[in-house]
Formats: sequence, structure tokens, C-alpha cells
Amino acid sequence: MSTIDGKVPAGPIKDKWTTYKDKVNLVNPANKRNIDIIVVGTGLAGGSAAATLAEQGYNVKAFCYQDSPRRAHSIAAQGGINAAKNYQGDGDSTYRLFYDTVKGGDYRSREANVHRLAEVSTNIIDQCVAQGVPFARDYGGLLDNRSFGGVLVSRTFYAKGQTGQQLLLGAYSAMNRQIARGKIQMFNRHEMLDLVIVDGKARGIIARNLVTGEIERHSAHAVVLGTGGYGNVFFLSTNAMGSNTTAAWKTHKRGAYFANPCYTQIHPTCIPRSGDYQSKLTLMSESLRNDGRIWVPGRKEDVEAIRSGKLKPTEIAEENRDYYLERRYPAFGNLVPRDVASRAAKERCDAGFGVNATGEAVYLDFAAAIVRYGKEQALLKGENNATDARIKELGKEIVKAKYGNLFDMYKQITADNPYQTPMMIYPAVHYTMGGLWVDYNLMTSVQGCYAIGEANFSDHGANRLGASALMQGLADGYFVLPYTIGDYLSNDIRTGKISTDTPEFAEAEENVKQRLESLVGNNGTKSVDYYHKKLGNIMWNKCGMSRNEQGLKEAIAEIAELRDDFYKNVSVPGGAYELNQELEKAGRVADFLELGELFAKDALDRNESCGGHFREESVEVGGPQDGEALRDDENYAYVSAWEYKGKPSDAVLHKEELTFNDIKLTQRSYK
Amino acid sequence: MNLTLKIWRQKSANDKGKMVDYKVAGISEHMSFLEMMDVLNEQLINSGEEPVSFDHDCREGICGSCSMFINGEAHGPVKGTTTCQLHMRSFNDGDTIYIEPFRAKAFPVIKDLVVNRSSFDRIQHSGGFISVNTSGNTQDANATPIPKHDADLAMDAAACIGCGACVATCKNSSAMLFVGAKVSQYALLPQGQVEAKERAQNMVAQMDAEGFGNCTNTGACEVECPKGISLSNIARMNREFLSGAIK
Ligand SMILES: Cc1cc2nc3c(=O)[nH]c(=O)nc-3n(C[C@H](O)[C@H](O)[C@H](O)COP(=O)(O)OP(=O)(O)OC[C@H]3O[C@@H](n4cnc5c(N)ncnc54)[C@H](O)[C@@H]3O)c2cc1C
Ligand code: SF4
Ligand code: FES
Repeated sequence: MSTIDGKVPAGPIKDKWTTYKDKVNLVNPANKRNIDIIVVGTGLAGGSAAATLAEQGYNVKAFCYQDSPRRAHSIAAQGGINAAKNYQGDGDSTYRLFYDTVKGGDYRSREANVHRLAEVSTNIIDQCVAQGVPFARDYGGLLDNRSFGGVLVSRTFYAKGQTGQQLLLGAYSAMNRQIARGKIQMFNRHEMLDLVIVDGKARGIIARNLVTGEIERHSAHAVVLGTGGYGNVFFLSTNAMGSNTTAAWKTHKRGAYFANPCYTQIHPTCIPRSGDYQSKLTLMSESLRNDGRIWVPGRKEDVEAIRSGKLKPTEIAEENRDYYLERRYPAFGNLVPRDVASRAAKERCDAGFGVNATGEAVYLDFAAAIVRYGKEQALLKGENNATDARIKELGKEIVKAKYGNLFDMYKQITADNPYQTPMMIYPAVHYTMGGLWVDYNLMTSVQGCYAIGEANFSDHGANRLGASALMQGLADGYFVLPYTIGDYLSNDIRTGKISTDTPEFAEAEENVKQRLESLVGNNGTKSVDYYHKKLGNIMWNKCGMSRNEQGLKEAIAEIAELRDDFYKNVSVPGGAYELNQELEKAGRVADFLELGELFAKDALDRNESCGGHFREESVEVGGPQDGEALRDDENYAYVSAWEYKGKPSDAVLHKEELTFNDIKLTQRSYK
Repeated sequence: MNLTLKIWRQKSANDKGKMVDYKVAGISEHMSFLEMMDVLNEQLINSGEEPVSFDHDCREGICGSCSMFINGEAHGPVKGTTTCQLHMRSFNDGDTIYIEPFRAKAFPVIKDLVVNRSSFDRIQHSGGFISVNTSGNTQDANATPIPKHDADLAMDAAACIGCGACVATCKNSSAMLFVGAKVSQYALLPQGQVEAKERAQNMVAQMDAEGFGNCTNTGACEVECPKGISLSNIARMNREFLSGAIK
């Protein structure tokens, strides 16, 4: 084990980024034309990076596995994007956004990166408006904001319930402009399957053309990965079906350290599983917790009656309901952060109070909000003698205006009407804070290979606050990477074109081909999904919302065993050199089967509870915080950066010590 | 429930392709349509056959990947719904379901239900952007107020997911709704107005070059569009196009 250096510039935190930009080496415009950059991924991070680098004059080759850059997973983000604009005049500032994000991450992120993120956040909004992103506006024509959990100001910008879509289409439009100019060469339906390193530097990738199955060599002076998160290691998550870790994992195997793999965000408000055939889980935006009250029945007999259909939730009297968040956390109530809300739901369901057939669901109830808004509206309209029915009608209109599209989506999926009966929700895997380790320049531990967006680890510590992933992706791509990469490339202006006709490219290509051919030639008996579901089960039960030493050790052994079985018995029909969706899945699941083991190993190493990582061995005993998560700053205030050594079980831990000069570490209390 | 599926199978772009019958049993009404397809594919893999290829990713109705023509309708029988958001409760036990790809000259089939929609991307390259650099040195976002009404209309137009149902539904395979939505979004915002006319000209020219057909105002596209993109966007595009042409 050794310690590693994040290359954070010296000086006061407020000046670091400005000074860095003033001093950084630049590449002159004429030389940029001679430099090629590969950008893998076209989500908010990769899309914004590709557009900006091309605009600066570099030759960009961009890759995505979908049929168009516009379909990257970022498209699904609903809620919004943070920025310290202080348009509402409620006391927001760069410092406050910085502070909230570090605290929200439970003090496990790198201070200097987070400050930089908060600094550039305001440029993002200006940029997006200039690109034609139709953010929500008020009647005066100015931009509107909403508030999200864990903070005291209103700083979230949004475009209906489709903020990610609109921001991504903005980045896509910027890419289109550069594609038209020939500065971005776009490779749709291409999947990166290996990184090529020449003389210690990232110089290209091996990609599979997903339409023809052809294996291609692509060279460049630098490689940027904006390939998203690895939540699908759990099989069921809110991620898109194709979201995967392959690009990041192959890069890890080529020498890049993987940081904090165990930091996962499990989102409290998702639609529960309805059966074994379930293929993905759907998020219901966090904003619903502003008005919804979360509860389960207080009595077991009522739970039984509900499950057998003899009782409806609306028939349970107030005194027989357990509003457990309001009971346990009177100060924050239903608005505690995501990790706390998720664990509390699991606790009630594990105790046998889950309200659906699988026992894994709690209620999110809008009845009180409907009455509250209804009374307010009746007063405003001067209807002093409004009947209960009229009050409800008025209240429903307000709830519809605020959450209509979410209510419709819920109804479409479950066939239940949430205006009449409480929604059922349960936590689901949503986001991965861990990822490739990067320094302040966003460079991984492989020279010339960068990671941006959800694919890296840097800004969210052990728990991400709502509306901050979109901010980070665009900050990295539009405003940070285009500076930091120039510093590195300024040494490459005389290098000339990188040849793909070298032993390094040949070795990597051979490696990829062998692997694909062995997968299709395996003649096994079990489908890829069979293994993916098994892996997901192990991950969810032993590396999910709450973890302990014994479970993690079992997980490590079980995943290794499952992986062996996979290579012996998986069946992948079709050939390697044609469109073959089963083969695509097989490659991704094979990598998840390795990452999962490292994930458990990391969770085992971290014997403290922080953010989304809850270790049952590390809880407060006695006092007002009894039973709550207990962080251990003395022993664990570090980033775990794992080096690959042939097998996940042999991975070697390196530590980046986290120092906090500008923020005092405190216990997060929501009581 | 038990179902008979009649599915378009085509090995590659050059293969002729044909409808093939399959049976699936034990389908739950709570499954999504694509989960039903997962069940079929699992069944095919277990019996050593090649599964049916189809595009999909988010399964939340937002990425625009999924694209099945179900019982003669783009995205199936429910209005305002993508294939991935369609649930089996919309079908009955014993039903026969026809599943085909989105068909149009400009959307050639790649394999089974997977089609090539890159013509949509090329239309966007020809003008689907505002010419502004991503330097971040633009004016403050609140410097130009935009009437809420215009901003809301722009948002409605921007909600298009680029799925191509409008084209697949149209008897002329016209892409007017898709192009109209993009042209409108920008034409409604002050930032986009500068280039509005030129944009309409360029995008329409590219649309024609890709082999999409003419619009004869049947309105079928609006009916099948999963995102409720309104025909008024086509009218707005025509205005931009004509004023650009006269100039
Ligand atoms: C349902 C949902 C709602 C969310 N809502 C919010 C929100 O309201 N606010 C917020 O801030 N965050 C939200 N998030 C989180 C946020 O959307 C993501 O973290 C963020 O969009 C990730 O962006 P990205 O650019 O890093 O990666 P992605 O958008 O995941 O893009 C990954 C890209 O990499 C490509 N790729 C991957 N692997 C390969 C490979 N091997 N070869 C080639 N290409 C590859 C893909 O094709 C894709 O283009 C939400 C997430 C979900 C799931
Ligand atoms: S206009 Fe509607 S049907 Fe056409 S591509 Fe857009 S969302 Fe799909
Ligand atoms: S799979 Fe994304 S819209 Fe259907």
C-alpha cells in the first residue's frame, strides 16, 4: 500500500482554479489541428467534452454504443441541475454550494475539486440558455428554481421533469455543429473493448462495430472516458439497460486505479419490483418528498390484511399508521438525505411491515398535501364553506400542476391512481459515486487517459446530493477538461499521428478477439441474464443498503464462484462478427462479475459507515444518535484507490489522504 | 396469459426477412412489452435459437431507442406511450400480436426489429443547433427574459425523443413532425431566432435528401407520437421555411 497524490494546486481554495488556469500550458490553435482526441461516451460529460474540444480545434473521435449520441443515459435524468446563481436571493453562494456538496458527501470527497465544481456551476446555466435549453421560467420570464433534499436554498434549475433530456440535447446540438464542420467524427453503435497504451501513455482504443461485429483500432494523443456509472452490477437499477462498466474496467485492468467502488447511491423513491421478470426499476423524482408523507401500518394485522387485499391503505386510521421518518427524524422528517431515507425503509420492511406482496414497499401518501393545498386554494378563491370534496378537488389541481407527469408515469407503470391511493415505493440502486481514480486534472493513473462524469470518483464523496451529477458532468466536459487536457497535450505537439500498426495495438486487438470468440464458442447452457440476475442478488443482499463483515466475505467468495461458472456454462448464441446483442451483454456481465468482487473487497476494507456505505459494525451506541451511522475520520478519511494485479482478489490498495482545510468535519445529524 | 407472436425476422440488411410465429406462456399483465420480449428471448436462447434483436435502453420512455410496430401501430395500441412503457395489461389472453420494425425508406432494417435511424442525426447536423461556442463566456442566463408562454411552447417542442414513430406511421414516411419540432424549439427562443430561417431551409433540404416523403397533412404522426408533439410545429416550420425562401 502507498499513498497517492491528487496533484491539487497550492494556495487558498478560492484561488486554486483561477491560478491554475493562469499558469497552465496551452496548445496554440495551429498545433491543435495536429492533435487527435478520443472521447468515449456522449452523455453530458462526454458530449460536452467532445463538442468543446472540437471547437477548440482538436480532432475528436467520439464513440457511443447507442445508435445516436442523443440517447446516452443522461437523457433519463428528471429532477434538475444545481448552480450557485443565487437568483432567488436566498443567500446562496459558491461557498455554500461547495459546503453543502462536501457535507452531503459525508466528507469523503476532494475539497479542491468540489470547490472548482461550485465555481463553474454558474457558467453552465449561462451556456445552456445560450444553446437554447428551455429551462422552466416564471411569469416575469426569468429562470425558475426548485429545492432538493439536504440543502436550505433553492438552486436547482429544471426543464419540466426532463432536465437531463434537455441538457443532453443541448450538448448533442453542440456536437452536431462540430460534426457538420468535420471536427468530430462520430462512431455510433461502437463499443470500446480495450485501452491501448504505448510507452506508458494512452494512445488509443479497440472498439467493436456493433452492426458488423468488426474489431477496429483507433489511435489518438489522449483518450477521454465519459462512460457513466456501474449501477447495473446490481442487475436491477434505475440505469439504462446498456449502462456498463466495460470501458472503465478495461482501463482499470490496463493500470488505472479504481476508486471507492463500494460507494453506491440507493435512491429511496423508486417504483417497487413487481416480479422476477423485472428488467429495470423506475425512479420517482426526489421532489415528491416535498409533499408526500412516507408511512407503513403500525400493526402487523393491518399489514396482513393489506397484503391479502382485505384492507385498503386509505381505510387505516391515522393512529394506526407509522410515519417512521417523521417519528425518527423530527427535524428533517420526510426530507432526510437519500441514504438515511433508504435505510429507514429497509428497516421497516425487514421488520415485516412492507405493504405489497413481496414485502418490499412503503407508502408515499399525498392525501394530507391535497387537503392542505385545497384549503389554501379555497381561502384564496373566497370559498369559505367549501365541502371536503371541493377542497380535495382544488388540492388535486395543485398537486397535478406540481407532479402531474410523475403521477402519470406511476399510473402507466402500476395501473394505480396516486391521486386516490398512496404510491408504493422502495429504494433502488441509482448512482455510483465510485469510479476511476483521477487527479485534479481529471487524469487517471494512466498517462493521457482521462475520466469525466459519473465514470470518475471525485466530487460526490460517499453520497451524492440531488441535482449534482448533471452539474458535474457538464462542468467536467465544458469547463474543466478542456483546460487540463491542454496542459498534457502541450508536450505532444511534435509527436505526429499515432500509428495503429504497432505491437501494442495488435496485442490489444488479439486480446479482444480471443475473448469474443471464446464467449460465442462456449456452448454453455445458461443465458447471460441468468448470471446477471444471480450477481445482482448477491450484490443486493450482501453489498446493498447495509453491509457487514460476514456478508461481504461471503459475497467475495460467491461472486468468484459465479464467475467461474459463467465462463464454463454461459451460452451466447450467434457469431462474433455480426450484430449480436447477447454477446454485447455477455461482455458487460463478465466485467461486472469482476467489478462486483472488488466492490465487496472495498466495502470490507472500509469498516466505517459513511454516506451510502453503511457498515453494521459502525453505528452510534447510546445517546440521541443511537443506531445511526458512525463515521470514523481518524482511520478512514481517505480515498481507496485499487490497483489491478491479475484478479480482483489480488487488487492492491493505495490511499489518497483527504484533508479538509476549509470545512470542519462534523457528524451529519438529521434528528 | 398465453400469446401468439408473429415477429419480423431478418438476419441482416440484405436478407429478405419474413414473419415467424412464436408462442409465449405465463405472461403477467404487469410486465412491460419489452419484458415480455425478454421472456421470449430467454426461451429462444434456452432452446439454442437466436434471440430477436431490438433496440432499447432506458425503458422509461425517454431515450427514443425502442421502436416496434405493434399490431399495425407505432409503439402499439396505447396513446402517448413508447413501446417500453406499454404494459401487457393492454392485451388479452390468447391474443395474436404482430411485431414489426419501424419501416421507411430512410430507416433501413439492420437486423430483425433494429433499424438505422442515422438519417435523423444527419438532419440535425444540417442545422439542429444554435451557433454559439461552449466557452461559458456568454451573457448571464437571466439577461434576456423569455415570456413563460414561449419558453413553455419551446419545451413542448423540445420533448421529442427522436424515436421515428411519426415517420413509421406516415403513409408518405414524412419526417415533418420531427424536423418541425426542432425548428420550432429554436424559433420560439430569442437565442435561436437569428438563424431560424436558414435552419429551416437547411434541415428541410437534408430531410428531402435522406428520402423522407412529403407531408400531405394526414395528421397520423401527431396521433402516434408518444410525446404529444403538436402539428402546430409543422405549421411554424413552414412559416420559417417560406419566409426564408422568399428572402
Ligand atoms: C433515472 C435517473 C434520474 C436522474 N436524475 C438526476 C437529476 O435529476 N439530477 C442529477 O444531477 N443527476 C441525475 N441522475 C444522475 C445523472 O443522470 C447521471 O449521473 C449522469 O447523467 C451521467 O452522465 P455521464 O455523461 O457521466 O454518463 P452517461 O450519460 O451514462 O453516458 C455514458 C456514455 O458512455 C457510452 N458508453 C458506455 N460504455 C461504452 C463503451 N464501452 N464504448 C462506447 N461507449 C460507451 C454510452 O453510449 C453513453 O454515451 C439521474 C440518474 C438516473 C438513472
Ligand atoms: S415527433 Fe414524436 S414520433 Fe416523431 S420522433 Fe419525435 S417523439 Fe418520436
Ligand atoms: S427504451 Fe428508451 S424510450 Fe423506450
